[in-house]
Amino acid sequence: MWGFFAQGATPADLMAARMQMALSLGWHIIVACFGVAMPAMTLLAQWRGHRTGDVHYRLLARRWARAMGVLFAVGAVSGTILSFEMGLLWPGFMGTYGQVIGLPFTMEGIAFFIEAIFLGIYLYAWDRLPPRRHMLAAIPIIVAGVASAFFVVTANAWMNQPTGFDLAGGRVVAVDPWAAMFNPATPPQTVHMILAAFMVTGYVMASVYAVAMLRGRRDRYHRLGFAIPFTIAAVVTPVQIGVGDWAAHFVAERQPVKLAAMEGVFQTGEGVPLHVGGVVIDGEMRYAIEIPHGLSLLATWDPNGRIMGLDHVPRDEWPPVNVVHLSFQAMVAIGFALLGLAAWAGFIAWRRRRLPRSPWFYRAAALSGVGSVIALEAGWVTTEVGRQPWIVYGVQRTADAVNPAPGLVWGFVAVSVIYAMLTVATVYVLRRLARDVPVPVAPQERDVEEYPVP
Amino acid sequence: MTLVEIVLALLWTGLTAYALLGGADFGGGFWDLFAGSAARGRATRKLIEHSLGPIWEANHVWLIYAVVLLWTAFPPVFAAITSSLYIPLTLAALGIIGRGAAFAFRKVSAQLWQQRLFGAVFAFSSVVTPFFFGACAGAIASGRVPPGVGQADPMRVWLNPTSAACGVLAVGIAAYLAAVYLTRDAQRQAEPGLAETFALRARVAGVIVGGLAVAGLLVLRWDAPALFRALTSGPGSPLAAVSVIAGLVSLVLLHRRAYLAVRVTAALAVAALLWAWAAGQYPYLLPDTTAAEVSATGPVLTAMVSVLGVGALILAPSMWWLFALFQRDLPARR
Repeated sequence: MWGFFAQGATPADLMAARMQMALSLGWHIIVACFGVAMPAMTLLAQWRGHRTGDVHYRLLARRWARAMGVLFAVGAVSGTILSFEMGLLWPGFMGTYGQVIGLPFTMEGIAFFIEAIFLGIYLYAWDRLPPRRHMLAAIPIIVAGVASAFFVVTANAWMNQPTGFDLAGGRVVAVDPWAAMFNPATPPQTVHMILAAFMVTGYVMASVYAVAMLRGRRDRYHRLGFAIPFTIAAVVTPVQIGVGDWAAHFVAERQPVKLAAMEGVFQTGEGVPLHVGGVVIDGEMRYAIEIPHGLSLLATWDPNGRIMGLDHVPRDEWPPVNVVHLSFQAMVAIGFALLGLAAWAGFIAWRRRRLPRSPWFYRAAALSGVGSVIALEAGWVTTEVGRQPWIVYGVQRTADAVNPAPGLVWGFVAVSVIYAMLTVATVYVLRRLARDVPVPVAPQERDVEEYPVP
Repeated sequence: MTLVEIVLALLWTGLTAYALLGGADFGGGFWDLFAGSAARGRATRKLIEHSLGPIWEANHVWLIYAVVLLWTAFPPVFAAITSSLYIPLTLAALGIIGRGAAFAFRKVSAQLWQQRLFGAVFAFSSVVTPFFFGACAGAIASGRVPPGVGQADPMRVWLNPTSAACGVLAVGIAAYLAAVYLTRDAQRQAEPGLAETFALRARVAGVIVGGLAVAGLLVLRWDAPALFRALTSGPGSPLAAVSVIAGLVSLVLLHRRAYLAVRVTAALAVAALLWAWAAGQYPYLLPDTTAAEVSATGPVLTAMVSVLGVGALILAPSMWWLFALFQRDLPARR
């Protein structure tokens, strides 16, 4: 009777598993960004407050610490689900390759321990420790947060560039876990992701204060609350565009099928144009603005460079072209829009030594948070969907990795319902925290409730 | 000790730590659920929130540690367990979300209806999550998880007598550990009334858990005779005896109000039970599957053990600081 259960997943179950993974990963990645970048911003505010004695900095640090407590909790639990889902949804992948990617996850576990331990200390011992030692307790959170992002993304990079093992009779042999971890995709992908975390966190936090400033609250507290995260995000933005170019070149060289899907290139050729916008209908790119020789120039630094098209691989190895193409376009477009916004603020800061005053700037800044999150998700869709139909590029198909158990669709339904509720509750709680006027009493716990806010 | 045995011991140590620390955090939710109305349960809930707040996330990481070690060191076993126990593990995962998120939400909520709503989600998921983990443990212990991917009947693998017994036992253990730990916390915070209440709860829970363990053994005798033999007369029996003795000593210590010492013996009772199971099952991880047969290759295990060794050098003092900081009484206010 066991044979019945081992028949393999139906197409609906496979799609459900992919959607469940996309939902839980896409959800976690937003809060994970805050886990990576928010402690640094909070510490910066706290340190400035300590140095200058300016009460506004101190209040900002306390308010951000409160939000951090919530974001870390939902980040921790939504990350745990992912580690379960690796096996629940993709046992065929983990049963074979779990050991190859285990090393960075072991390191990530240690980093996560450090984050959790020092976050507990930082949030709850705000008034149990002298200020300097308390601020020092935030340093391990920042280091471990960035390190976590690095470790986890190396595993994803390995799925794009599987190295460090041999296959013999369906089993992996000669595993070199260090080579797997430091695979060729690791440098561009990890840097791109860590910078993205600072952009998302900075723009989202800044957009909260941009909304407040549009409503007329332009006091020093709100100006600083806007300026700290916005400055960090704005400084990172041009760097990120350069790193994005590096990542795209890497894809062009190492994953040409993904590049072909990103750019909607069906025919291999030379002097390939760049498609801006457009949608694929019946295997043809329609409604796109074509920049002649643009893609060849961008991808190979040669206007007549050769670009491999999707015709190079069999049809059953094509990723879904429209999804990948539109996601990539969305990410790039938002990236340049954010660059424009950063340049605007930079110009005003350079010429007038102050923040912009135009309401149009703050309207745009209010949208920058949502925009950066969309860009983040679009980037992940590009790299993940662009790798399909492979779970391990060129080595294992996603369909061969999925759990053959029946009823994955129902698991997806259950997870979707829980995540819908989680989203509503998280947004509600964070909005309430943001609305506490004028300032929070304290970050956490009764120890702090009784402590006079400086 | 071979490298595989070292890794297995590290894995089981992580799982034990999760049971003792993370388990007690779930138990905190159990007592939160049964603390009574908002007014009557306020002091209890405040104590629980205060005790769990700084440490629950660090305690929770032990689960991630165990999961990652399992998939790195014994990938086919991880695949077999997760694919066959798809349903209870998904439910446990959802419980983890509900518990952690609602706990954090309640902490920052100011209005009573919000605290009630989030508190109910926190407490309810704290009770059901250990049940599903226990059910998974029962499925593995009774040899119901076959090697290979998705080879088990997805329902019967966890809806069976041993899983039910282990699930209930897990909830009981969580509640028992929490009551023991919270007794000392209440005493330390100069809440003698609350300390007495939790001491009583710990005693009652201890007796019930002891009864559940005996009942569980009877279920094993009928449902999983191999494990029953291993625990009563085989390699697991000395550790099982340690567990029984530590449990009895804990009851005496509770009676004598040695609230700090009882933390040690209660934890020992639970840890010995887990290691008795491990000893009883060793070297088989799944039916006809020994640890050595399915372990990762040597370089992977070597790299993992080295990384964990370096990690321990950082983690041990950090954890010590975390626990010591919040077990210490507050300095006098200026």
